[in-house]
Amino acid sequence: MEKMVNVYFFGKKYSVPADLTIMTAMEYAGYTLKRGCGCRHGFCGACATIYRIRGKNELKTCLACQTQVEEGMYVASIPFFPTDKRTYEMEDLKPNQQVMMELYPEIYSCIGCNACTKACTQDLNVMQYIAYAQRGELEKCAEESFDCVACGCCSVRCPAEISHPMVGLLARRLTGKYIAPESKHLTKRVEEIHEGQYDELIEKIMQKPITEMQELYNTREIEK
Amino acid sequence: MFTPEMMESVKKVEATRNERMGMEPRRMTADEKDALLKAFHPDYREEAFEEIKIGPNKGQKANKELVHMLHSNSRLLTDKVDMDKIDMDVDVLVIGGGGAGASAAIEAKNAGADVCIVTKLRIGDANTMMAEGGIQAADKENDSPVQHYLDAFGGGHFAARPELLKRLVMEAPEAIQWLNKLGVMFDKDKDGRMVTTHGGGTSRKRMHACKDYSGAEIMRTLRDEVLNLGIPVIEFTSAVELIRDDKGQVAGAVLLNMETGDYLVARAKTVIIATGGAGRMHYQGFPTSNHYGATADGLILGYRAGVPLLYQDTIQYHPTGVAYPSQIYGALVTEKVRSLGAMLVNRDGEAFMHPLETRDVSAASIIRECTARGKGVTTPLGSGVWLDTPMIELIGGEGTIEKRIPAMLRMYMNYGIDMRKLPILVYPTLHYQNGGLEIGGDGFTKVIDNLLVAGEAVGGIHGRNRLMGNSLLDIIVFGRNAGKAAAARAKEVEPGRMNLDHVAAYAEELKSAGIDTGDVSPLLLPKYARHER
Repeated sequence: MEKMVNVYFFGKKYSVPADLTIMTAMEYAGYTLKRGCGCRHGFCGACATIYRIRGKNELKTCLACQTQVEEGMYVASIPFFPTDKRTYEMEDLKPNQQVMMELYPEIYSCIGCNACTKACTQDLNVMQYIAYAQRGELEKCAEESFDCVACGCCSVRCPAEISHPMVGLLARRLTGKYIAPESKHLTKRVEEIHEGQYDELIEKIMQKPITEMQELYNTREIEK
Repeated sequence: MFTPEMMESVKKVEATRNERMGMEPRRMTADEKDALLKAFHPDYREEAFEEIKIGPNKGQKANKELVHMLHSNSRLLTDKVDMDKIDMDVDVLVIGGGGAGASAAIEAKNAGADVCIVTKLRIGDANTMMAEGGIQAADKENDSPVQHYLDAFGGGHFAARPELLKRLVMEAPEAIQWLNKLGVMFDKDKDGRMVTTHGGGTSRKRMHACKDYSGAEIMRTLRDEVLNLGIPVIEFTSAVELIRDDKGQVAGAVLLNMETGDYLVARAKTVIIATGGAGRMHYQGFPTSNHYGATADGLILGYRAGVPLLYQDTIQYHPTGVAYPSQIYGALVTEKVRSLGAMLVNRDGEAFMHPLETRDVSAASIIRECTARGKGVTTPLGSGVWLDTPMIELIGGEGTIEKRIPAMLRMYMNYGIDMRKLPILVYPTLHYQNGGLEIGGDGFTKVIDNLLVAGEAVGGIHGRNRLMGNSLLDIIVFGRNAGKAAAARAKEVEPGRMNLDHVAAYAEELKSAGIDTGDVSPLLLPKYARHER
């Protein structure tokens, strides 16, 4: 007999196998998920979930697909959260502090409560990356927020009503586009291709009979 | 944590580690690979396949689960939809909100088209988001698009369509440049040189990455751009059928609101199918690394409208899915783990193969190790082999795992397994649909000249196996091209009178063939809910 635990989905009690995740436990209980289920492997942030263990005061946040059920778990999924994304034209932006002030001024209302960091399902130092954004240290903000899956749990808990994932995203795009140095070898190769330097070579290899291709492939030199 | 039996085997892995550090296992010969694939690759398991009885690929084979869907009828045979009540009218309708769909929409919008994305779940709930390891492009001095072509063509068993593969490799550097300009944070050194590694079957180090969130970083950037451009995205709305017109063109799609069950009619001058893969069909009972909505919907829609499939019988089983713990069974362990130096090791601590053979060969080799050779490690759901991750720290220095593959570290740490110190257990997982709808180099299907396909729903770009990093690449290259081509064609299309005659005709064909599965297709979502009655 497999070990079972009692969990409460939206307050209703179900007995489910103890080795399931919250997501698979909901399916075991009979739910056909539409919202609150995306990649099922911890990359998309669709399954932001809030729970409390019976008898304990602490309110926790997690990804339903990455969290195992526990006895007495009261679970509510967050099917959608209205994070506030501002729109912008990347070409018009400059990678400086001014950008954050203009697009996400509410980050300066941060009261330093650290609720965002506590709520992060990826264990990121969210308050820190917001602090970097405030100071215009975009590269640091980008690096610190890199593993964000935009589940929105931080924003749910924020008294200053900051949309943290959107701030991190802007910092990363600015870093990728403007701050990281240009890849000259890439620029050069794109130019070479546009100039037609590979046109003849590629046509030639496309025409080769399969036997010749097999020979070429099987004897090709592999970079160490 | 691992069981005591597993820990016994870990000791053997640790005992041979030092000796293995200094050696590179031999690569298999072409003949050895062929024999291995025939004996152990799931694509060769005849009993798992069935003949397609109707339609353009009649007489050919596919996995039973796909054939079942192809042999099922449309929802719209019984659910009647009024074609005269048009809910949306656009130039370009993009079906699917993954990397290909988003790229297509961005380019169509930039070309001045009125474009709309419809997607079954949310934009970004797609296999793109889950791609970890990287994206290929021949942009280093010792590399060239021709070398990339050779690697991909050989890795795909010389079956790729040259006109498609040419575009993939020739447009790869520009795809990377486009992403970089959108703000994708590629791994670079301080001088701006891309940090590139090998993937299975590559002859040059051309794998560009964004740590092990490569697909996520690309997808969230594309999504942000779609939203910045103000492109309408209709989420939780699946396409259940293409609409055609009396001129033989595609004229839009019938959509289903996943939450209310209401149908909508979308009219469009051009349609792009960018519905992605099929992992959630669980071919041959395999677990999958795919997202929740990967159910081959686009293949069904296209096929019913008369578009042929290509290589529908070939599936990529990623060699390293999670074998243990059960909670993350089938989740992807990126190939980058092997690119960074981890070896595949059996129960007795033996490195039984070169870790960077192509994916089909690696998967077959792991299956052989766990079956015929009996050298797998037993797990609650089957068996697996070790992926010796502590080697990465020994080769690259302490901290390499945290820096280069943080998602993997996090995934295992959730279950108390520190992959920096202990190896992990892996087994093949259903990862990618090598085949799909047939297109020409311009992205259009060959039978309906205003219908395009992009991304994983396409067949023929890679042949019968795909190299790591060529799928993130193809969604960008073919997604962008499809968007541009669809916008241009939309200017010329004169819409005719819409109908669903092809649905009725398909039903007639099924009936004549004596087929009645009692089911409807496409599947839309896998049936995971357990019901006691």
